[in-house]
Amino acid sequence: MAGAGVYSHALVRGIPESLAGGALRRSGEGSGVDTARAREEHRLYVKALRVQLGLVVTELPADEALPDCVFVEDAAVVCGGTALIARPGAPSRRGEVTAIKKVLSDLGLKIVEMTDETATLDGGDILFTGKEFFVGLSERTNQRGAEILANVFKDYAVSKVSVSGALHLKSFCTMAGPELIAIGSSDQAQKTLMNMQEMSEHRYEKLTLPDDMAANCVYLNIPTKGHVLLHRTAEEFPDSAKEFGKLKDYLLIPVCNTELAKVDGGLTCCSILFNKAV
Amino acid sequence: MTTEPGSDSESKQDQEQKEAAEKKEAATEQEESAEHQQADGVDGIPAAIGTSERKKLIGECEKEADGASGKLTVSQQEDHQAEDDKLSQKSSSSKLSKSPLKGAKRPKNMLCKVTLLDGSEHTCEVEKRAKGQVLFDKVCGQLNLLEKDYFGLSFRDSENQKNWLDPAKEIKKQIRSGLWQFAFNVKFYPPDPAQLSEDITRYYLCLQLRDDIISGRLPCSFATHVLLGSYTVQAELGDYDPDEYGTEYISEFRFAPNETKELEEKVIELHKSHRGMSPAEAEMHFLENVKKLSMYGVDLHHAKDSEGVDIMLGVCASGLLIYRDRLRINRFAWPKVLKISYKRNNFYIKIRPSEHEQFESTIGFKLPNHKAAKRLWKVCIEHHTFFRLVSPEPPPKKFLTLGSKFRYSGRTQAQTRRASSLIDRPAPYFERSSSKRYTMSRSLDGASVTENHEMLIKDSISASEVATGHYGAAKSLVSTNLITTVTPEKKAEEEKAEEEDKKAKTVITPLLTPAKHEIKTDSEQTDTTGPADGETTAESDQEDEMESKIQNSLVERIKGENVYVKHSNLMLEEYDRTQEEVVKHHANINEMKRTFLESTSETGPDEWEKRLSASPVRSFSKTDDLPMIEPLVPEETKADVGEIQQSKSDKQTVATSDTVMKDDGKLAKAEEERKEVDKEPTTSHSTLVTNEIVISKTASSLQEKTVLSTLEETIISKKGATKRDDDEGSLKPKEIPRQKGIEISDMEPAIETSMTKWKTGEEPMFTIATAHYFTETSGSRFLTKQSGSEVTSKNVDVSNLIDSARKQMDGKEWAAASSYSWVQKPDMNLDESPKMVQHEVHKQEKTMEIIQETMVMETQHGMNVHASEDASALCAKLAGVGRETLAEASKAHSSGDARGLSCMATVETKEDKKEEASAKVDQPGDEIVEGPPSAQGWVDQPEMAGKPAEKSETQPQFEPPVVKTESVSFDSMSKEDGKEVCTKDVPVVHTETKTITYESAKLDANAESDPGVLMSAQTITSETSSTTTTTHITKTVKGGVSETRIEKRIVITGDADIDHDQALAQAIKEAKEQHPDMSVTKVVVHKETEITPEDGDD
Repeated sequence: MAGAGVYSHALVRGIPESLAGGALRRSGEGSGVDTARAREEHRLYVKALRVQLGLVVTELPADEALPDCVFVEDAAVVCGGTALIARPGAPSRRGEVTAIKKVLSDLGLKIVEMTDETATLDGGDILFTGKEFFVGLSERTNQRGAEILANVFKDYAVSKVSVSGALHLKSFCTMAGPELIAIGSSDQAQKTLMNMQEMSEHRYEKLTLPDDMAANCVYLNIPTKGHVLLHRTAEEFPDSAKEFGKLKDYLLIPVCNTELAKVDGGLTCCSILFNKAV
Repeated sequence: MTTEPGSDSESKQDQEQKEAAEKKEAATEQEESAEHQQADGVDGIPAAIGTSERKKLIGECEKEADGASGKLTVSQQEDHQAEDDKLSQKSSSSKLSKSPLKGAKRPKNMLCKVTLLDGSEHTCEVEKRAKGQVLFDKVCGQLNLLEKDYFGLSFRDSENQKNWLDPAKEIKKQIRSGLWQFAFNVKFYPPDPAQLSEDITRYYLCLQLRDDIISGRLPCSFATHVLLGSYTVQAELGDYDPDEYGTEYISEFRFAPNETKELEEKVIELHKSHRGMSPAEAEMHFLENVKKLSMYGVDLHHAKDSEGVDIMLGVCASGLLIYRDRLRINRFAWPKVLKISYKRNNFYIKIRPSEHEQFESTIGFKLPNHKAAKRLWKVCIEHHTFFRLVSPEPPPKKFLTLGSKFRYSGRTQAQTRRASSLIDRPAPYFERSSSKRYTMSRSLDGASVTENHEMLIKDSISASEVATGHYGAAKSLVSTNLITTVTPEKKAEEEKAEEEDKKAKTVITPLLTPAKHEIKTDSEQTDTTGPADGETTAESDQEDEMESKIQNSLVERIKGENVYVKHSNLMLEEYDRTQEEVVKHHANINEMKRTFLESTSETGPDEWEKRLSASPVRSFSKTDDLPMIEPLVPEETKADVGEIQQSKSDKQTVATSDTVMKDDGKLAKAEEERKEVDKEPTTSHSTLVTNEIVISKTASSLQEKTVLSTLEETIISKKGATKRDDDEGSLKPKEIPRQKGIEISDMEPAIETSMTKWKTGEEPMFTIATAHYFTETSGSRFLTKQSGSEVTSKNVDVSNLIDSARKQMDGKEWAAASSYSWVQKPDMNLDESPKMVQHEVHKQEKTMEIIQETMVMETQHGMNVHASEDASALCAKLAGVGRETLAEASKAHSSGDARGLSCMATVETKEDKKEEASAKVDQPGDEIVEGPPSAQGWVDQPEMAGKPAEKSETQPQFEPPVVKTESVSFDSMSKEDGKEVCTKDVPVVHTETKTITYESAKLDANAESDPGVLMSAQTITSETSSTTTTTHITKTVKGGVSETRIEKRIVITGDADIDHDQALAQAIKEAKEQHPDMSVTKVVVHKETEITPEDGDD
């Protein structure tokens, strides 16, 4: 069984030019994405994973036909040597899974596909705590998708939680430690967390962050580094950065994500992390 | 995870066998069932037998806990022997072949086949009338298993559903027409197998889990199958040996529902890595991994939600899980569950409101049939009891109870762990037989090898098709019909009120109650839930059914559909609402009513009715109708509506809160009476219900409820978890008693504490702690329970102990209550902490005041006074009245038409004797149980208290006891004084006051001659809507003689209708009864008449 944050591999994908104009976003307005800057930020992100943390990083080239393809997290859920290929809720994104599936298969993971046409699931709605899954039922993930996930990862409890006011469950709620959940301070984020706690027989600590978006962080447990947390920078979210700063015995890696955030991208969105040692 | 496949069939072999056997025995069965009905039905006697048997069984269990090897001796069997013989003659031809008689006179034996966890079959004989426990013990003996509480025997019913054999019931009655064929299974999956004491226990657990895995009941991933499989192989075969083993050596093992070559290869690979691991270690690893599986120990039941969607209900150690497919869509931890009930094929849970919710909700599920609903209900009860409670709740008495009497009667996990820690034997040697192999044609539960989850789900669907969703139709019925489980933490007061209500009703229509248990119906069992083998007894089914029906009819007749039938039920978290209590309530109600009518004949009937109808409890009934899975309409709202409706019937059209108040008063009275009843020495059943004091009022029911729910929550989390302290920290007292109760007897579940808090409309707030302990059944039983860890004493002592224990608790509670009150009476010692009280008690102070107080309160209630906020004010006013001698009670009051009359009776008592007794009281340990001697002092008290109020004399009795007093520090007063001032002012404005004092010269002298040295002082206050009773106890030492003075101030507020003289007389009379060894030295009657034509009611 997999522990929280124990990863050896990462899968990432480049940013297409089409992202600036074609990527989906929840709110119509918003400033334009500076693609160059986005790529630079992404490069630093990948570099942190590969160089700083020593993960085996596989980087897929961007596909111009798929503006959102950088957000690989949504395309698959990997746990314990099994990869469930998602069926993204946004039809325009369904094509993203093809390449992902191939890579994961090549990496030796057991591939499970969602064949049910009524099911939708975005990886961004799947929170794995190390002990169980939570599935956010959102605009992108439906009940059927959640049921399929539950059937694939049989060892674990898979509990559904409702998500509103955000794109994905992980938009405001991610793991920040083995039993530590980073959660935004918005009402709906807090409510969601409460719901999650009720659904679980496991107990979690919570790290409440002033900014919901800052609660999307990437926790890793790297043998040589211990607890590692990739989080949004103090420039972006000064208050939240302070909270991260209070974490003891963590290797904190601030990562800038200003551009992709404009199209609802978070830090977790840009990678699929998994442990191939299983 | 385990599930019982709906269509999951036993092996063909078994089926055929069964069919053949059934044909063979068809005739016999008919005869049997006929006889069975005869025995069970009609006259109700069998029911009583059943009860006693159950008690006996419990006694046995407790003995086991003590270390005796509790085999159940079913002495009851003798009673039936004649019947058996008759029966055997009738059916001897068919039966003989099966169970050879050892002798003509010998009880008939039956041959039982028990499939063990390794797949083998164990055959043994038990007497035909034997209970499940007998067989279970035999099997455990065969298995050399000591930690047997996690296990159980299961059988398949006529619908091939798995049921658990109830150890407390006759096997024959449970299996009905089925074969005497059983399976030994794990019933309660220990959340942490490492805590099991013996390897052999873990071994059997492993066997069960392997079967769960290969049958698909416990799903896991490929990787997990590999890992678990490798441990299995290591445990059974030891280290991998390349010479001995090729790649085929594990081919006969089964690791998963669907095995592949790949799986085997991986298992071998891992097996190699386990070199050096002992079998026990391998099993430990196996369990450590398997316990993490999300479906470990989850007993799945198929159901539909309110919208007809197929779901699964999973019962596990931590609570109830709701699945749709395999997706968990909801979870209700036991602490969140207030009540579990079922009705017909519906299963309901009432959920505690979460932090941000204000109201409870009830969620309903539709099960395939009635039996499935009941099976689920029972499994829930059992799991809750086993995993959540410290000790099982006592089985209800059958007499006059509503609802099912089913209880889990075995040990709880806490108990079994304790017992396990005492196991002192060398680790038994046991052969690890082969695990599930391909050579085995069937899994233990008869599921085919290919069975998997999908299949199960399909089955469930078909099974549940039967159940359609006329949820709405049953609405009104639901409320009355339900057999429910009530969590005690639940609104204690409301339930109380309900109960009172109900009781009252029962009284009104006495015919209904008795009829209840006589009705018998058939009961068939359907499926069991997955992993555990449960047994349902048909008998209980019938009863449940019937009872619920009766309930229903009763309710309908009396009150219409609006009555809520909650009480009849089991409670989850605590034992507040045990059947025993219910019984008591009945008695109390009778008493209460009688008293009521007697004392206030003028207004009596109307008030009575009014109060009954006004009970707020009723409003809850609607919750039960809830559509499935949808949160109910806020109960409060309904409650309000209901109340309003009720109050229409009131002549006065009182405000809702007033109505409630009245109820409260009633309740308090009822409680008090109950106390008295309990104290009666003559009642051999030393059931003690100790105080329940009802307290104040509500301005708005909403407020009240909020407060209540908070309190309840606290209670629920009794386990020491989070206590939420509300407006006032009134929770503490509760906790103390609780612990106390636990101390008293680990095995004894019967002690309960509940605290009630109400808000008062006018008054800022009254908080009253209600302590409500009650010890179950007979003294002997109590003894038995105690025996585990405590020194046992004679029966008398036991009851005494109980009394004293209760007293102590009472004292504490009272003190606590008073200290928490916002509104304080002039003479209260607010500063007295529960602790201090306790201290005093132990120091051999007499806590008679409690009794006295109780009594007085009762009297007041009897007067049927209406509550008013003036009470406290009056009380304050009166506080300063001097003490004098009482001449005659009747003289005591001038018959006034005062609108608001307040009687303050100051009873001074002097105790001369009892020193010895008191001395004994201070036992080193505070344990109530500990000191039989401590009870001594109370021996007399209960008796006196128990006397019917009417009979008591008016004349004062002078029995000067000498009390040895010890100095107890007390501080206080200051607070009260401040309060006093405040309170005083208010009422004075519009009242006219008259004070009459009667005092006896004799005592007067004593009182005034020498102030003495004040050793301790204690004030206890109780309030109800209409009365305020303040008991002030002071202990002084004068010239080596200690004196205890008890002053009681009773403030009665009411209309002109009240016969104050009578009320006062009654109060005095009762005071004397309760404190026979004390003398009444002074009675002061203080009357206040309101100048303004305001009613006492607000």
